[in-house]
Amino acid sequence: MLDPTVHRSLAAVLPAASLLTAPEDTKPYECDGLTLYRERPAAVVLPDTEAQVVDVLKLCHLARVPVVARGAGTSLSGGALPNAQGVVLSLAKFRRILSIDPLARTAVVQPGVRNLAISEAAAAFGLYYAPDPSSQIACSIGGNVAENAGGVHCLKYGLTVHNVRKLRAVLIDGEIVELGGDALDSAGYDLLALITGSEGLLAVITEITVKLLPKPQCARVALAAFDDLEKAGAAVGAVIAAGIIPAGLEMMDQPATRAVEDFVHADYPLDAAAVLLVESDGVNEEVAAEMDEIKRVLTESGATSIRVSKDEAQRLLFWSGRKAAFPAVGRISPDYYCIDGTIPRRALPRVLSAIEAWSVEYGLRCANVFHAGDGNLHPLILFDANVEGESAKAVAFGDRILGLCIEVGGTVTGEHGVGVEKLKTMCEQFGTEELAAFLRIKGAFDPQGLLNPGKAVPTLARCAEFGRMRVHAGELRHPDIPRF
Amino acid sequence: MSDAIVDGWCARIRDCAAREAPVAIVGGGSKAFYGHRVDGETLDTREHAGIVDYEPTELVVTARAGTPLADLETALAAERQMLAFEPPHFAEGATLGGTVAAGLSGPRRPYSGAVRDLVLGIRVIDGHGRHLAFGGRVMKNVAGFDVSRLMTGAQGTLGVITEVSLKCLPRPAAETTRVFECPADDAIRRVNEWSGHPLPLSATCYVDGRLAVRLSGAAPAVEAAARKLGGDAMPDADTFWRSVRDHAHRFFERGSGEVLWRLSVKSTAPFTDFDGVQLVEWGGALRWVRGASPALDAARLRAFAASHGGHATLFRGGNGRDGIFHPLAPAVMTLHRSLKEAFDPVRVLNRGRMYAGF
Repeated sequence: MLDPTVHRSLAAVLPAASLLTAPEDTKPYECDGLTLYRERPAAVVLPDTEAQVVDVLKLCHLARVPVVARGAGTSLSGGALPNAQGVVLSLAKFRRILSIDPLARTAVVQPGVRNLAISEAAAAFGLYYAPDPSSQIACSIGGNVAENAGGVHCLKYGLTVHNVRKLRAVLIDGEIVELGGDALDSAGYDLLALITGSEGLLAVITEITVKLLPKPQCARVALAAFDDLEKAGAAVGAVIAAGIIPAGLEMMDQPATRAVEDFVHADYPLDAAAVLLVESDGVNEEVAAEMDEIKRVLTESGATSIRVSKDEAQRLLFWSGRKAAFPAVGRISPDYYCIDGTIPRRALPRVLSAIEAWSVEYGLRCANVFHAGDGNLHPLILFDANVEGESAKAVAFGDRILGLCIEVGGTVTGEHGVGVEKLKTMCEQFGTEELAAFLRIKGAFDPQGLLNPGKAVPTLARCAEFGRMRVHAGELRHPDIPRF
Repeated sequence: MSDAIVDGWCARIRDCAAREAPVAIVGGGSKAFYGHRVDGETLDTREHAGIVDYEPTELVVTARAGTPLADLETALAAERQMLAFEPPHFAEGATLGGTVAAGLSGPRRPYSGAVRDLVLGIRVIDGHGRHLAFGGRVMKNVAGFDVSRLMTGAQGTLGVITEVSLKCLPRPAAETTRVFECPADDAIRRVNEWSGHPLPLSATCYVDGRLAVRLSGAAPAVEAAARKLGGDAMPDADTFWRSVRDHAHRFFERGSGEVLWRLSVKSTAPFTDFDGVQLVEWGGALRWVRGASPALDAARLRAFAASHGGHATLFRGGNGRDGIFHPLAPAVMTLHRSLKEAFDPVRVLNRGRMYAGF
């Protein structure tokens, strides 16, 4: 329930249609892509202009009302989960591509623009925007920046942070800042990088300048089958040891392969224990030379079959299975829980065999898709929320996988963000001193903790509740730090 | 042993914080010319050196801050890998910690990324003497705020870097450099046009009326691109690019009273004469301007850089009193002060190196 005074002030700065408070209007905003968590916000605002964003933030700042910025709502970690006492600030109406500069290879876009729409608009100039999260037809670029989204091509082309030049953002007190620039670096601290991936805790982004790349002249993908997961994992290392950085390097295990084959009929080898997709892109000569080398390495690594796409249609067919992995798994199970962790690649056999053992232990099936090139693992835990206790088991299973990711020197999130989902595992990955430093950064931007409260960085109190506190030297050294 | 060194530094910083005595962090001293002079007790990072972990197939190397850059590069070269941001050394003895703290990148930067793009994890001692670890040793990691990149280029004002994990990349199989005689504005237009095409560009440099373009990648691709671009082959190109990277090239020899400005601008910014000589790198996005101090008007250079989306730095030869780094917008400056307060409230670390007070 929104305070009537706040309601009146919001109504004074927004068109009537841009302020939603009726339960039937706010219900669509109660969750994002992580539907395990739901919360009805007190209000949803849909400003049209940056000036309205400034007004909304100033009002909320003054009235101490929490603000949760929201793009397309595709977050898989609950990053856009509303706050019951707060306002959801939807950037859905910021959907214009403001300009494309083909010579400088940049596009200036509003945060609500869909990821794929940028590449579609840039195609006329032979350019594209490289990061391609699997939700790219729906997810917004503002959300991509907030989460530092990745995709299947980030080993070669980087994450969002590598592909954004400049941001315009509004701080909680309504102050507008410009970070980064049209140059390749900027004066002072790298606040552009700090805001990228900050999950809406530091500022609300209103304009983004992205870097565009020339479309590769040619791309081909090799589809290789292995009769053993470990051999497939070793093949990934061998490709990289040969001096190749593939444009994409993906692995799927047998349960994943079978699920997608039933769904898209991409002609995947069903008897294989693991399937690798290795893509090369660039100029024709480069791709030809690289693909020869990839085939040689895969053969030496024990691939039982290798097929290389002959044309663009076949390349897209080979990829269609991987890109459809989530919906395909959704077809064979009432519910699934997508885990996102990164490990050093050498730990892959250990992690996969642990997952297999836990799958038996919990009685829950698990399909593995893996951005193998950069060590980013996506186990999909299959469960049925209508069966008593299965949701809790799925979460417990997932937490154990993430715990192992930390243990082998990895991280609890490679690209989906912490949101609300990983607060608990953040307490395991970071010590109290580091968490306290994160909270001080938060305080430097938003001293009252109004922007997306309760996300991304657990308070030390929260960690204590979880019983997951990693305390240095056996004591909490800084009881004086701010907690939100 | 190394842990003892870091513990010792933590204790020293705690002690300095208690006394409000500033600390000046130094490595190899190769970039002592850069930034404002820092007064304080010297903390020499060179005793904390060595590669901690390097697994070539993971494309990740972790090394202590005092590791000589040259040693690190030699270790990577043995595995046919490299630091893709082509770090400038400027002088012998440059360390990894100083390289990351300065945040400067070399000729390959527009094509393979800057040092900040390749930093995966960092360990730092903050102004309270706490040793903190951020990021990690894996390629993709979005847990927590990106403190590793915040520390990169912060010039030691937010923390003493003790250890860094970096993404490394394979060395290109083949490399060739083509040279074209052309006027400056023509060179800038050309490199921008070429950058919009799928060509294996890895560096550009315009100096003395000649544009040098480096191509890197698989041999057939490099040869095909060289045929397409034309121009003349540059003999001994490695020496040329190293001289540009380290400012050993003749262009960077300053006469008495001369200063060197670094203008980081939009790559398509027009070539503008500033009563000095210019060297243009990074596909047009980096302009070095050398000239006599009074003739090169700071206000004019800063206005030019700002109007082309960038910033101007008085890179070498400043008088130590006037501002070196580009002024920040007031709201951005406030954030800088708040972050300094968050990491080093007593302002012990490299005080005044970047801006007044920090």
